[in-house]
Amino acid sequence: MNSSFIVSAAIAIQNTILLHESELESLDRAIGDGDHYINMKRGAQVIVEMQPELATLSPDAALNKIGMKLLSTIGGASGPLLASFFLAMAKVIKEAGDTSTSTIAGAFTAGVDSIRQRGKADIGEKTMLDVLIPIANQFTTLATQNASAKEISKALTLTAEQGMLSTRDLIATKGRAAGLGERAIGHIDPGAKSCQLMIEAVCNLIK
Amino acid sequence: MKKFINKTDDILVESLSGFALAHSDLVNLNLDPNYVSRKQKATDKVAIISGGGSGHEPLHAGYIGYGMLDAACPGHVFTSPTPDQMMTAAEAVHAGKGILFIVKNYAGDVMNFEMAAEMLPFESATVLTSDDCAVINSTYTTGRRGVAGTVIVEKCVGSLAETGADLQACKALGDKVNSRTASMGVALTSCTVPAAGRPTFDIDDTELEMGVGIHGEPGRRREAMREADAIVTDVVNAILDALKPATGSEALLLINGFGATPLMELYIIYNTAARLFSTHGIKITRSLVGNYTTALDMAGASVTLCLLDDDIRQHWDSPVHTAALRWGV
Repeated sequence: MNSSFIVSAAIAIQNTILLHESELESLDRAIGDGDHYINMKRGAQVIVEMQPELATLSPDAALNKIGMKLLSTIGGASGPLLASFFLAMAKVIKEAGDTSTSTIAGAFTAGVDSIRQRGKADIGEKTMLDVLIPIANQFTTLATQNASAKEISKALTLTAEQGMLSTRDLIATKGRAAGLGERAIGHIDPGAKSCQLMIEAVCNLIK
Repeated sequence: MKKFINKTDDILVESLSGFALAHSDLVNLNLDPNYVSRKQKATDKVAIISGGGSGHEPLHAGYIGYGMLDAACPGHVFTSPTPDQMMTAAEAVHAGKGILFIVKNYAGDVMNFEMAAEMLPFESATVLTSDDCAVINSTYTTGRRGVAGTVIVEKCVGSLAETGADLQACKALGDKVNSRTASMGVALTSCTVPAAGRPTFDIDDTELEMGVGIHGEPGRRREAMREADAIVTDVVNAILDALKPATGSEALLLINGFGATPLMELYIIYNTAARLFSTHGIKITRSLVGNYTTALDMAGASVTLCLLDDDIRQHWDSPVHTAALRWGV
């Protein structure tokens, strides 16, 4: 992973968010407060606009920059959650001093942990963590088994899909849908959906 | 939607600019990142910073000045401010004794203030306000929401900070006031977020929302409109149930308008609430009636009861000089 990959990933993420506007909006209207798509779009937009600057930075510096930018741009609850992810990831990569598969897996896991701590949420609460935690676990396992980048990206895409679908049958205990109780059952969590889309978009870049 | 707006994108900056111009004797406005601070920077005291989504004016910028806040960080309408705002404001107002953040309990506010506190080069502490007894978890919160009782917390903590008290003492007083305060609101109409352009929720002419939040979030139940006494009775009972005050308790009663309810009606609410609390053995010795924590253009009001002790009463009575509260100076 280098900075040009990070830039490509940002562009792929923006594309998938824009492509799924109506789906994300209708999920959020059902059990959220209707601003998820707009926040994600704004976040993706500002990162893509940072392309020239990001391309000149080391991967950890680029991820740190992304985290700080999201922090001052998105606001609400999703800003700090996404920012925490990138800031934690940057820290692990900086400390490791390399971007080997196992470092990236460790950085991803640290990012997911920081979302878990910041949001005081865990798996099974109908949030983006239902996508992210299984992925972090699988990524770590595959990295220790020396799986190829292609194998990993294929596996993570499937796991993301399953995690996203699992939110359909959950009662929300954290996040925007938490006030709805059983009324949220039957609806996929919009945060889990956007996470799955982003993971899929980034994995698709790895051939 | 009919509002006094030029461009929707400009409302925050134009409103803040007007506020700073109108109260140029009291505050300074910094844009990008946005924060409002005291004209005269205080020295040798804990700096008190609050903030949150806009649309609740005069909360929080209206409470900047002697005896209350040192700075406030306004986010977009009903959206939390971002950590860079809190960090820049903290740099500007830090006066050698640390920073106390007063934050209403909403997930976005809690996380953004938490990240700011972690990145701050100064000692800091946070008081989370959670006085709304209508619901436990809600659209935007885990735990109770922070509403109009926040004004009482800001007043008392601000007063204590002026005496040179340390950070832990200020936090302890804030937590104590919060734990002795309960509020509940009622909406008669929805508010309209300018960027959305349409009412946040649908409510019939014959209905009210009991326990509504200050963003128009659902409360306890939708019910038929009734006469004022009947509505206020339910609100007072909910507050008594939450606080369980001992007979003979002394209290401050705050009737807060949500933005589109005439003062005349707020006094009708006060009249009934004060009578009901006194029949339950509560001595109302302090009062505040007006628009102190609004929800844009929502018609409705909230009732807040704060159980006083000598400490809280003294800090409520002490001099304050802000745009929205002023006495003793």
